[in-house]
Amino acid sequence: MRRAIAIGVLTALTSFGAAADTYPQRPITMIVPFAAGGPTDVVARIVAEPMSRSLGQQVVVENVTGAGGTTGITRGAQAAPDGYTIMVGHMGTHGAAPALFKGLKYDPATSFEPIGFLGGVPILIVAKKDFPAKDFKGFIEAVKAGGPKINQAHAGVGSVSHSTGVLFDAQVGIKPTLVTYRGTGPAMNDLMAGQVDFMADQIVNVGPQVAGGTVKAYAIATPERAPSLPDVPTTKEAGLPGYEVSAWNAVFAPKGLPADVKAKLVAAVEAALNDPTATKRLTELGSNIPKADERGPAALQKLVESEVARWTPVLRSAVESNQ
Amino acid sequence: MTDLLSNLGLGFAVALSLQNVALCFLGCLVGTLIGVLPGVGPIATIAMLLPITFGLDPVGALIMLAGIYYGAQYGGSTTAILVNIPGEATSVVTTLDGHQMARQGRGGIALGTAAIASFFAGTVATVLIAALGAPLTRLALIFGPAEYFALMVMGLAFAVVLAHGSVLKAVAMILVGILLSSVGTDLETGQERMTFGFAFLTDGVDFSVLAMGLFGIAEILRNLDQSETRDVVRAQIGRLLPGVAELKQATPATLRGTAIGAILGILPGNGAVLGPFASYTIEKKIARDPSRFGRGAIEGVAGPESANNAGAQTAFIPLLTLGIPPNAVMALMVGAMTIHGIVPGPGVMTKNPNLFWGMIASMWIGNLMLLVINLPLVGLWVRLLKVPYRLMFPAILMFCSVGIYSIGSQPTDVMLIGVFGLMGYLLIKFGFEPAPLLLGFVLGKLMEEYLRRSLTLSRGDLMIFLERPISAVLFVIAFAIIAAALLPSMRKSRDEVFTEA
Repeated sequence: MRRAIAIGVLTALTSFGAAADTYPQRPITMIVPFAAGGPTDVVARIVAEPMSRSLGQQVVVENVTGAGGTTGITRGAQAAPDGYTIMVGHMGTHGAAPALFKGLKYDPATSFEPIGFLGGVPILIVAKKDFPAKDFKGFIEAVKAGGPKINQAHAGVGSVSHSTGVLFDAQVGIKPTLVTYRGTGPAMNDLMAGQVDFMADQIVNVGPQVAGGTVKAYAIATPERAPSLPDVPTTKEAGLPGYEVSAWNAVFAPKGLPADVKAKLVAAVEAALNDPTATKRLTELGSNIPKADERGPAALQKLVESEVARWTPVLRSAVESNQ
Repeated sequence: MTDLLSNLGLGFAVALSLQNVALCFLGCLVGTLIGVLPGVGPIATIAMLLPITFGLDPVGALIMLAGIYYGAQYGGSTTAILVNIPGEATSVVTTLDGHQMARQGRGGIALGTAAIASFFAGTVATVLIAALGAPLTRLALIFGPAEYFALMVMGLAFAVVLAHGSVLKAVAMILVGILLSSVGTDLETGQERMTFGFAFLTDGVDFSVLAMGLFGIAEILRNLDQSETRDVVRAQIGRLLPGVAELKQATPATLRGTAIGAILGILPGNGAVLGPFASYTIEKKIARDPSRFGRGAIEGVAGPESANNAGAQTAFIPLLTLGIPPNAVMALMVGAMTIHGIVPGPGVMTKNPNLFWGMIASMWIGNLMLLVINLPLVGLWVRLLKVPYRLMFPAILMFCSVGIYSIGSQPTDVMLIGVFGLMGYLLIKFGFEPAPLLLGFVLGKLMEEYLRRSLTLSRGDLMIFLERPISAVLFVIAFAIIAAALLPSMRKSRDEVFTEA
């Protein structure tokens, strides 16, 4: 805080002498709509560092929390489109939110200038360690046969594990009993203790538990296997090819950004994704580094539109059946 | 045993490197400072310092961040005692007798007792983590939703005893607290409850907002409507450190508090918040003269302070051995670890023995440093009470506002502390106590979650709470506590008992 203020005061003083027409003149605020230390915040801070270097101005992360991330994104959408306020949105705020929040004050597809995709964290289907099924096929048969007797954990309506979990249920055609937790930690605790049967969650949360043998992973929902868990088959290999999903993050700016400012931000994100330290850290987190065809504003715009179309029907019916 | 010694040897070798000792000291110092500034909590500080640790090696970075965390616990007690603002849920109880001691001019003794009790608890907890960390995780796994619900019910039973006014008023306050905790988005359905369409209420009321308003702002209002002669700042400073007699009084309380806090801290379901409350209840119940409690009883500072520090440290057990963060600060530590490429989980102990044992050793070193930093500072803090109140209260107000804004960047949070401040002031005027309200608030949210989760798992069968032995035992204890509190009310001496029991 004090550091941010000090930087602000310093730049306010120095910017009087600088030329007025080149962006950026002062620090850039990057709104992260989640609490500090969470998965999206960690990704944002990793990327903000190389972005600051290539823009020549500090990119300051501001955590604006609330309402599944929509509070921060709403504030970002309403900020002046001058390039001094950008934000990190994710699968929830720019995919699931329209289905979950009735009075949403932004449209993921039209209220923003897409800047760049930051990659996704793969989702795994994990079960308690003594779940009898041997492979993913056997697991699907077991949860189908178990019906409502099967307990599926998730980290609250709107969380990644909820969205991706009910998508799994819809694709397999099952209606297990949903057990709600506040956050992944307590859900994982009960999965390890065998209180619940299975859940879908990000590799960053479940990977170490799988490696440690305290829970069992049946499949990973990405086109390729994860280097850290080479024995876990992909959903495609294991027989559920349609279930490919990841918890992605991306940088957005408010609508109406000047073209030259947008170009600079796009280039800064691109530079961050090519920065060896940043990519190393992102990979360690379990996040995939975006491939060439996933980068840039056009690809991100396409992703947002397809994600909204994908999540809206699944989540609407899941939320309605719960009320 | 030899394993333990060689492991601890490795840990101290790591923690005693010049760089790590310096980082530990820095962390403890920063932690103490932000703990003392009302409103600026460890969560905000660790979040802000996270990027700075990028350049450090992971062990050093985590040692520093852990230092900030338990340093803030120490510092938080300082504000609880001096200005009646609990920094965290765990220091609420310290305000009850600690602030009374300060008002009586025994602020130095209260601060000294808190520091010594915390150091003792920290030492015991460090040994406990080192020796029993791995086997104790099993305790965490046998606690399912039903057990946690029973534990929370027991906690609320404590709250009845906590109050030193009428039981009826205490129960009313607990219920208001539970009601406040149910504001916000319902976890299971995503529906908004009691938000009246206000966007800033969608996530409910934040603990720090409520605590700062009800305790801090209300205290300022109360001080301002009294003449300055009755003010804290005019009280005599008195002795700075506890004497032999006082230490003798505090020692058994410290021992009991350490045991209670350490056990509850291991539970990943936020059981640590109950530690100080449980310790206070027990001290008050077994005291020869319970009427001293709430009026500056030294056991009421020593017990809860040791419980909160022991809990703060054993809370690292589920993090380091299971990879499960039991509270918001620990969740942030997970973030810090992942940034440094260490993913917390069952493998940390074997894969990163340097980190695991280094952190454990650094906890003890950190506790020693906190004692060294804090004892000489007691004099300084107490002298702070000499600052005229007309200068002090704007400063407290400013720190509260800045601190609360820094957490979620929400202007409405700043306004809410004003609203709760006014509410707290009215409650004090009408003889209602804010502490049971705060406990109801903290436990209400957890209770609802665990109750609904248990019933989801049992498909609505209430027997789940009695069939599971641990949950059944906890319920029996809860009812025994309530019965003990209610029985005297059948008799005529009811008012006297309730005023003091």
